[in-house]
Amino acid sequence: MIEINKLHKSYYMGSSSLHVLKGIDFNVEDGELVAIMGSSGSGKSTLLNILGMLDNADDGTYDLDKIRIENLDEKTAAEYRNKFLGFVFQSFNLITYKNALENVALPLYYQGIPRKERQKTALSFLEKVGLKDWATHLPSELSGGQKQRVAIARALASNPKVLLADEPTGALDSNTSIEVMALIQKINNEGKTILVVTHEHDIAKMCKRIVHLRDGVIVEDKKIKQNIIKNV
Amino acid sequence: MMNSLKKIFEKDTWDEIFESISKNRTRTIITTIGVFWGIFIYIALAGSATGLENGFDKAFSGLSKNSMGVWVQSTSIPYKGFEEGRRFPFRLSDVDYLRDRVPEIEYISPGLQAGAFSGSPPLVVRGTKSDNFNLFGNFPTQAKISVIKIYDGGRFINDEDIKYERKVAVIGEGTQERLFNQGEDPIGKYIIINDVNFKVVGVEKFAEGFGGFGSDSDITIPYTTFAKMYNRGDRFGWMFISGYDYVNPKYLEETVVDNLKVLKTVAPEDDRAFGTFNIGSLFESIVKFSSGMIFLSLVVGIATIFAGVIGIGNIMLIAVKERTNELGIRRALGAKPLEVKIQIVLEAVFLTIIAGIIGIIVGALLLFIINIGTANLEEFPFTNPTVPLAVVFGAFITMITLGTLIGLIPAERAVSIKPIEALREE
Repeated sequence: MIEINKLHKSYYMGSSSLHVLKGIDFNVEDGELVAIMGSSGSGKSTLLNILGMLDNADDGTYDLDKIRIENLDEKTAAEYRNKFLGFVFQSFNLITYKNALENVALPLYYQGIPRKERQKTALSFLEKVGLKDWATHLPSELSGGQKQRVAIARALASNPKVLLADEPTGALDSNTSIEVMALIQKINNEGKTILVVTHEHDIAKMCKRIVHLRDGVIVEDKKIKQNIIKNV
Repeated sequence: MMNSLKKIFEKDTWDEIFESISKNRTRTIITTIGVFWGIFIYIALAGSATGLENGFDKAFSGLSKNSMGVWVQSTSIPYKGFEEGRRFPFRLSDVDYLRDRVPEIEYISPGLQAGAFSGSPPLVVRGTKSDNFNLFGNFPTQAKISVIKIYDGGRFINDEDIKYERKVAVIGEGTQERLFNQGEDPIGKYIIINDVNFKVVGVEKFAEGFGGFGSDSDITIPYTTFAKMYNRGDRFGWMFISGYDYVNPKYLEETVVDNLKVLKTVAPEDDRAFGTFNIGSLFESIVKFSSGMIFLSLVVGIATIFAGVIGIGNIMLIAVKERTNELGIRRALGAKPLEVKIQIVLEAVFLTIIAGIIGIIVGALLLFIINIGTANLEEFPFTNPTVPLAVVFGAFITMITLGTLIGLIPAERAVSIKPIEALREE
């Protein structure tokens, strides 16, 4: 699903440069649940941003489902993001003045899907994350866990190839974190490829594979025995 | 590109815009106040200027707009053997002389009077009532120069009256009040002027007179009758002259006076021999004043609209900053830069239009109230304060254009931030 070869990325600040990714080779198969770990500054967020086409690599190749991702202009990037990727952020990033249903329907709006159909699809995804009854509530009326579940529903709504989650549990307490991870496991079990960036070992262990980044290189990449969450 | 532009006309796009506008109410209200105020001031000013112009028009509606009066004073410079301080009358032949030499003249109406500025007003008696009234001797042409309104059932002096030196009189409203009982119809009744019986043929509605010496208590009789009664022969003291519509009133005045100087052997540089009153010049300056007002209102209005639209741009710019996160989310979810731009610009345009419409309505309402409030104030020249539809339309187009242009700035800013940076913003 994802093939990355010799990926390099540097940030320039005035005269000094910061080499963040120093040649990353990394493949993800269909249906994997990968945790990307590393301390802050290890380059894990940068990697995720490049995977999410929110940032461009300086060097190396990136193929997503056999499509070469390179030299994207903003418009094509937006199109690809919409079609191929679902994002889940640490801070949920829901639009505050839109209710849960409208938030979930937003990616479909940018796909040009008619309103009725959009709302129907969005509602089915809200049902999937167990928030059907909260469809008309604004984000400010939801708990942190609920917000993240809405965000996950939104990420799934456009039926993306890959779900990218950047510290999805970073803003949640441990019980809620487990709830959200259970949802991610459930979605993964249905066949969705998911990448989770995290610095928490507990969370990483709920995935099927852990990739360790340190100072811009992969220092460890191993399949693990998944800690499957039961009876949430 | 075309697909994105098509979005402008899609209901979804507008739903999205409407949602964004209606759910950020404070921002929307603050944003629109500027444009609302601009267009409101503009409509109020432009309407008032028109109202003032109409008011002046109405106040001067009784007069031919390029007419003048000329009368003899006395010479101030010795000339060709004549001493200074010489006085002389006009003669009826002078009228033909002027007609021959000044083709711009449409009407000339020589006038005689007793009372007002020279002579003493005669005693007028009717039954037990009597009083002194200013008496004028006029030709029917007078009605062509100074629009004379006669009440229903009456008439002004006519050619027959002149020809047969009839003893008929047109009386003013005030004259009627003082000589007749209330409710009594004066037409056909007789009044005695200087011991001579005159039949009243019309009652004149008072209009602000020429040069301000007319009043509502005048009596007008045929010129020829007056001349005979006062033994004036062919001599008279003043005349009203009106030029054709195309004639410049200043030019008319100068040409008439120059010709009269030649005719009466007056020094060309003698400015005091003739007195003149030029309604055209007066009217011209009022027209200039009104158009000045309209121009001023246009400038002030456009400037305030401009300021208002800039205000919208300003607040949109702040709003874009405030919404950086939201716009980042939208772009992460697949909003193309052009879609984001279109949304911001359309929001700006939409707000501008809404604010404009409210401004126009409130402005019109204010004009309506002013119009009602001043309707009965005769002294205040203010009538029918309207703003031409073309002007409103023009203001509207200006607003939309400016709104679009100003919306481009925050729109450009919104997409200049990378989505990744936008998302980091909290």
